[in-house]
Amino acid sequence: MVTRRAQGKSKAARKPGRGQTIAGAIMAVIALCGLTDATFLTVMHLTGDDSVCGPSAGCSKVLSSVYASVGKVPTAAFGMVAYFVVFSAAVCLAFGYAKARTVLNGVVAVMFLATLGFLYLQAFVIHAFCPFCLLSAALTFLLAGTALASWPSR
Amino acid sequence: MRRFLPVLIILAVAIVTAATAAWFYHEKMRPDAPKPSPALATDSATKPSSTIPPDIAAPADPVPAVDSLHVRGAAGAPVTLEVYGDFQCPSCAKTTEIIADLEKSYGSKLRVVFHEFPLAMHAHALEAAMAAEAAGVQGHFWEMHDALYKYQDVWSKASNPGRFFAAYAETMGLNPAQFQADLQSVQINSQIKTQGDAGVARGVRNTPTLFINREEVKGIFDPVSMRSAIDAALAGKKGT
Repeated sequence: MVTRRAQGKSKAARKPGRGQTIAGAIMAVIALCGLTDATFLTVMHLTGDDSVCGPSAGCSKVLSSVYASVGKVPTAAFGMVAYFVVFSAAVCLAFGYAKARTVLNGVVAVMFLATLGFLYLQAFVIHAFCPFCLLSAALTFLLAGTALASWPSR
Repeated sequence: MRRFLPVLIILAVAIVTAATAAWFYHEKMRPDAPKPSPALATDSATKPSSTIPPDIAAPADPVPAVDSLHVRGAAGAPVTLEVYGDFQCPSCAKTTEIIADLEKSYGSKLRVVFHEFPLAMHAHALEAAMAAEAAGVQGHFWEMHDALYKYQDVWSKASNPGRFFAAYAETMGLNPAQFQADLQSVQINSQIKTQGDAGVARGVRNTPTLFINREEVKGIFDPVSMRSAIDAALAGKKGT
């Protein structure tokens, strides 16, 4: 009984391998950058300010489009939540919580698909690109790449 | 300690993110209400007096004489540039400056049609659209249109932009009582909504959206590309 409990404990937070720690740390840093970007965009949206775009009318077109919010919730706010979940899971992974990988991979996969959708909207529906959205897309692709590269081989 | 470290890191990031977002939001929403009067005084000094008629009497017809379309330029102009705009959208303000230059250089060949398209994401966009339409009831839509874009930086950051709109209206010589009444008009509000709905039905999803001779203008609205689009429309008219 005692042995089984000890085994269960060691499964939850066993000493992480070097690769797992590095992958977790890298993904946590990328997610932190994405969280900053998404937070910035969310606040700009909530304050009704798209002047961050400077002279770029294309950027403003994206940030003021109907796709920039779902009801009254800015689309960037969903990004904030997603990046925060990825950050949390990546930190847990780096500290040896192997189960965090499932959450991490799941959320990154959803983000990857959503990013493809947003890129499609910018390129073919809105016909304009927003640099902050492109930065977020690049960070999501990096997350997906890192998740794939650190996939545990059996 | 190591066991709790991930939780501490996650909590720290959550707190820092929430605090930064709250601070940033507070900074952006801080009303820095500069006085509108100097800017307006400059405006009225530079404008020819003929643009502000001395007669500020309310129209005899109590029904607001707001056209669903606001047109500026020659009726027979070969090129019609339609703008779906939001008065609080910064890129609309920039595009309006470009359009003003185009109107000067193309003269009677170009006319501009403005459609209201206030976006929900801009807190004061509907209020500004109401102000423009209320000015339109008294025949001063375009003056208010120009003022709203020109001083967008001022009123859009104010917690109560209505007092700026009232000041602009006063400078234009509008009847203040009627202007205030029209700002609350349900009919004007529904006209704005109708214009917005018509835009959505036409495929408008963001601002500014431009149409030249009913063809949507794609891409970036810089002077060069807009000139070439107008030139192409002119050439098309000559060809037919």
